[in-house]
Amino acid sequence: MKFGIVVFPGSNCDYDCQHVLSVVLGQKTEMLWHESHDLKECDCIVLPGGFSYGDYLRTGAIARFSPVMESIRNFIEEGGLVVGICNGFQILVESQLLPGALLPNQKGHFICRHVHLRVENTDTPFTRLFYPGEVISIPIAHHQGNYFIPHSSLSNLQKNRQIIFRYCDIDGQINHVTNPNGSIDSIAGIISSSQNVLGMMPHPERSSEAVLGSQDGKRIFLSIIQWWEEKHHAK
Amino acid sequence: MKFRGKIVITLKPGVFDPQGVTIKSALHSLGYQETDEVKTGKYFEINLDSSNLDTAQKRLEEMCDQLLANPVIENFHFTVEPSDN
Repeated sequence: MKFGIVVFPGSNCDYDCQHVLSVVLGQKTEMLWHESHDLKECDCIVLPGGFSYGDYLRTGAIARFSPVMESIRNFIEEGGLVVGICNGFQILVESQLLPGALLPNQKGHFICRHVHLRVENTDTPFTRLFYPGEVISIPIAHHQGNYFIPHSSLSNLQKNRQIIFRYCDIDGQINHVTNPNGSIDSIAGIISSSQNVLGMMPHPERSSEAVLGSQDGKRIFLSIIQWWEEKHHAK
Repeated sequence: MKFRGKIVITLKPGVFDPQGVTIKSALHSLGYQETDEVKTGKYFEINLDSSNLDTAQKRLEEMCDQLLANPVIENFHFTVEPSDN
């Protein structure tokens, strides 16, 4: 399977993703420069974390107009898998490829630490290797991860099971204390209604090797690989 | 003709504004106890060349819709006037 990792000016988790996908997981990777329309026949596109375009105007607001994003929009329409991590998630909501918006954290701080997440939906290409309600540990590192969506649209997200990860404690309890940034409904990650676009604030590429203290993030990438291989072999 | 647009972007009601809350508490600590709400926003001045006022208004509206404001969380309003430079 071939993963494409998009490089915007200001991306800084691009090579972390590339390392995990190629060295840890043995997959083919391509770095995709934001000025090119060419997705190089990749099977899954990763929008990595960082500070694309210096976070000017709003996080993700300028990256949205990159040539590569036009190709990614078409790729998504054709059913291609896309994962947006942190700034990548911010780019996806600004592009309206995922619903909602990401506001500054409620307490105004940049937060960088491991958090617990509850896996809310395992019937997706991204989470099939978790069990429903499983509590996992993946680090966050953001200033604007406070997920917002109007209440009318939140009920659609809930009804369509688009909420994938929610901030919780080690026992899976969810309340305002376990919510690090003020996100509505403690949302840490969602998928598109078409099920092929995942956006999440936590960094799975920083929890994919034992030496980093958690390997829970790796199972997201392994889920994608397993899903794609099954689909590919069925053809 | 040269025009100058002055655009103000504000957060929609109900969207949390942590900067506004922090600034309010700073004002309180300076003795401005009468302050009960602070809301932050963004301000842009844009010079543009348009054939007439209507076109300039239409173009500025498009700029706000497409880039300057995020319709999920923000409102915008602007004024536009002929400009000398």
